[in-house]
Amino acid sequence: MIKRIRVLMAKPGLDGHDRGIKVVARALRDAGMEIIYTGLHQTPQQIVAAAIQEDVDVVGLSILSGAHMTLFPKIRKLLDDNDGANILLIGGGTIDKEDAKELLQNNFADALFASGTPTDHIIEWINEKVV
Amino acid sequence: MTEVKDIEESYQKWYEDKYCNVTERDVKFVTISQQPIKKLYTPGDIKDLDYFKDLGFPGEYPYTRGVQSSMYRGRLWTMRQFAGFATATESNQRYRFLLDKGQTGLSVAFDMPTLMGYDSDHPFSDGEVGRCGVAIDSLADMEILFNEIPLDKVSTSMTINGPAPIIWAMYIAAAEKQGVSSELLNGTIQNDILKEYIAQKSWIFPPRPSMRLITDIFEFASKHVPQWNTVSVSGYHIREAGSSAVQELAFTLADGFAYVEAGLEAGLNIDDFAPRLSFFFNSHMDFFEEIAKYRAARRIWAKRMKEKYGAKNPKSWLLRFHTQTAGCSLTAEQPENNIIRTAFEALSAVLGGTQSLHTNSMDEVLALPTEKSVEIALRTQQIIAHETGVTNTIDPLAGSYFMESLTDKMEAEAEKYFEQIEKLGGVINAIDQGYFQKEIADAAFDYQRAIEKGDRIVVGVNEFINQGEELTIDILKIDPKVELRQKDKLARLKQSRDNAAVERSLQALNAAAKSTENTMPYILEAVRKYATLGEIVSELKSVFGVYKEKPMF
Repeated sequence: MIKRIRVLMAKPGLDGHDRGIKVVARALRDAGMEIIYTGLHQTPQQIVAAAIQEDVDVVGLSILSGAHMTLFPKIRKLLDDNDGANILLIGGGTIDKEDAKELLQNNFADALFASGTPTDHIIEWINEKVV
Repeated sequence: MTEVKDIEESYQKWYEDKYCNVTERDVKFVTISQQPIKKLYTPGDIKDLDYFKDLGFPGEYPYTRGVQSSMYRGRLWTMRQFAGFATATESNQRYRFLLDKGQTGLSVAFDMPTLMGYDSDHPFSDGEVGRCGVAIDSLADMEILFNEIPLDKVSTSMTINGPAPIIWAMYIAAAEKQGVSSELLNGTIQNDILKEYIAQKSWIFPPRPSMRLITDIFEFASKHVPQWNTVSVSGYHIREAGSSAVQELAFTLADGFAYVEAGLEAGLNIDDFAPRLSFFFNSHMDFFEEIAKYRAARRIWAKRMKEKYGAKNPKSWLLRFHTQTAGCSLTAEQPENNIIRTAFEALSAVLGGTQSLHTNSMDEVLALPTEKSVEIALRTQQIIAHETGVTNTIDPLAGSYFMESLTDKMEAEAEKYFEQIEKLGGVINAIDQGYFQKEIADAAFDYQRAIEKGDRIVVGVNEFINQGEELTIDILKIDPKVELRQKDKLARLKQSRDNAAVERSLQALNAAAKSTENTMPYILEAVRKYATLGEIVSELKSVFGVYKEKPMF
């Protein structure tokens, strides 16, 4: 039996915009992945603890409050410090291209999907990267 | 004189002779909310329309044609751009810029920590201070926010919900410092907690104590701040979260009914608080559906208030509303196209009879708007008001076979939702059961699927794409130093104020919250002593508890 890809979908910080994350969560589930959704207002520590405990392959963050430059590096570091260095960190939200470039170049995120990205692209990316 | 019956017969003939062999384009003729639209509307579609019962004259029951008798011939809508970022100092400058450009009212956007009731120095505020609105920790910040803006002259709308009583108290206290008494204040607090549980998710306390705080505000306002709009019952966020137009209409009005019922249960007289309820709707891309939504909303509200709740004052029957163009309709791709989208959405709000309007800036899908893009958005409203001629006559689309038929349809569909909500035991019980949340998530998913399957074309997103597009517009960046400055200011405040007086005021508030006394005077007193937002919220949390949502998707 092939192991199903496990994805933790998380809303860090204080913003409550959960339309995007719910749409993506459903699309990934329909594509055969196992989805754990944290719900809103999670601290980086809570997210990383859930990721490790649930033994996920991917963590997907949704941030629309503008706090992405703080939250991505923090969560990446916590993952690395807690035996989660192999977990892929991806995300979406209102992240402008300059910030996205900086996050990707510094390996604070493995992929960022801007608003309007077809969910198929996200599914393809995950299927390709998770081995 | 032609009879409707003759027209219906001729229609059939026209269809057989002229239409049934036509090849229509291979698209679904439905609204953005998947409502099917007929090829042609005729007098047959509105044969039951009764002018006085269904429409009436502007400023007369049931207000389908508008809440004021003169509408825009008397006074244009208030052009009110939502703004706020960084600290009170930067936001104060932006407000003065907007007033200088001809804006006629203020609308304050708060940052996430403020919306959630945390001070800037709370660990949860890390990275969020001043990002998507202005950071307000205490009365000291509120004083700076309105520095040199006379609060007896402007009307101010504040988008605040969970901590609404506290932020409102800070505004009242800031006005006191300017020598302006609360009776003269004009404005709105959003204060619509039900839609937070349903859609926007910026909540603090559980629903029932939150409703008590709202009825405390109703009572306090009716005595001390009589011109203030105490709740802006909001469909905007419900729509942004992915609902259809009918769901936006129905869920918003259902929330409105719930506030009315809460006020009645608290022993208040309906005509003492209902005239101060206002509404806030979204304006999405489907032009006619939106106009029909506003017209139906006015009619439903008037009928319920008069016939079901027995309000006697005609002001209680009026559904006055603010509109914001749909943020969720904007695209990150080819962002300049958002100017055009916003213009159409703004036009439908005006044709629908809005009382005030915010037009989104083209760059809001990417970041907070720059001054340039905000100016274009404001100019869009001014062009509609002064160049297009649509303000010359009141409710210009009334009597259109299509518009009247669609307005009726919106009302009928909304009524079905009211029945469903009633069956679930009312709005709060339906929230507890996740009913709205699921309905909205389903609609959002369907919408996304329609775009991905190409059933719905979004220019620049799934058609007419510019390959390898590079971002060409400027973006407003918030300096990370803003957070440090704000924390520093807060630390200094905590040293300089009378901490014993703060403590006493918080204890008094705690006791009031535990009793059935109105909490507003105690909140106001704590605010005057420079207790912070976070301190007051913590005190109330210790009495009321906090809300937790069951995660689902």
